[in-house]
Amino acid sequence: MDLFTIADKTFSSRLIVGTGKYSSPAIMVQAHDASGAEMITVAVRRVNISDRSKESLLDYIDTSKYSLLPNTAGCYTADEAVRTARLGREAGLSNWVKLEVIGDEKTLFPDNEQLVAATRILVREDFVVLPYTTDDPVVCRKLEDAGAAAIMPLGAPIGSGLGIQNVNNLRIIREFARVPLIVDAGVGTASDAALAMELGADAVLMNTAIAGAQDPVAMAEAMKLAVRAGRLAFLSGRIPRKRYASASSPVEGLVGR
Amino acid sequence: MNGDTHEVSGPLTVSELLAQLQIDARRVAVEHNLVVLKREAYDRTTVREGDEVEIVNFVGGGVGIRDWGLGIRD
Repeated sequence: MDLFTIADKTFSSRLIVGTGKYSSPAIMVQAHDASGAEMITVAVRRVNISDRSKESLLDYIDTSKYSLLPNTAGCYTADEAVRTARLGREAGLSNWVKLEVIGDEKTLFPDNEQLVAATRILVREDFVVLPYTTDDPVVCRKLEDAGAAAIMPLGAPIGSGLGIQNVNNLRIIREFARVPLIVDAGVGTASDAALAMELGADAVLMNTAIAGAQDPVAMAEAMKLAVRAGRLAFLSGRIPRKRYASASSPVEGLVGR
Repeated sequence: MNGDTHEVSGPLTVSELLAQLQIDARRVAVEHNLVVLKREAYDRTTVREGDEVEIVNFVGGGVGIRDWGLGIRD
C-alpha cells in the first residue's frame, strides 16, 4: 500500500476535494464518492439566523468516512484567519486547518507575510496547519520552519483551471520539502493532476475542476485515476528525455539486408 | 449577533440562546466577545446586552470563496 501521512493521520487516497460550487448536494455526494478522497475541505461561515430552513452541509458529509478539513477561505489578514481557524476547530472538533490568507482579490494569491505569521500562531495553539501558498520555494521553507504540517503551493490561480504554471518551481520545492507537498489549486483537468503527481507531489487538492465540470461525478473519477497514475509514474522512474529516436525493436535480422 | 443587532429576552446562556434560535449546538461554533467558546462552556457563558456573538457553521467551499462571513470585511 502506498500510504500518505500528514501529522498523525494516514491516507490511502492522495486526492483532497472541496465542497464548493456544486449544482446540488446530491451531485457533491456522488462526486466525493467517485473521487475516492478521504479528506474534504469545508468553509467556515456565519449561520443564517433569520432563515434556519437551510440544511447543513454536514447533513451531506459522512464524517465517519471523510476527515473534515476546515479552511479559512476568504480571510485577508492573519487575525481573520486565526479567528476563523479557531471557530472551525470548535465546529468540526478537529485541530486541522487549511490555512488561506488571501492577499489580492483578483488573483486570490496568498499574502505570504500574513500566512507565515498566522501559521506561527496556529502551530503554537496545536493546530495541524496546511497553508495554501504561492509556488515560491523560499516561502515554502519559511512555512516549514514555522511548523506547517504540509506545504500547499498553488499550481495556478484558484479556480483558473490553467494547470501547473511553474513546473520548475514545484521541482525545486519537491527537492527541499521535508513535509508533505500538496499542490492546491489551479488544476483544470486530469492531466494537470497527473503532472503534479509526476513532479513528486504527495497529494493534490482541488475543488472547481471537479465541481465545475459538465459531469462532476465522472471528472471526480478521472481525477482519482489521474492522481493514481501520476503517483505510479513518479515512483516508477521515468526514462530520460532525449532529442533523437532510439529504436525499441532489434536491428539484427531485418528482412532484405 | 453575526454583525446585526438582535433582540432576545435575557440575559441568557449560550445554550439557551442557541435553543431559542433553534440551532443545533453540535453543528456550530460560537464566538463570544471575540473568544471562541468550547462547547462545555455554553451552559456557563451568559450573553448580556451589548455583547458580540458570532455563530458559524460549515458551508461548501474549497479555496478562496469570497462571500465572506465573519463580518470583518463587510
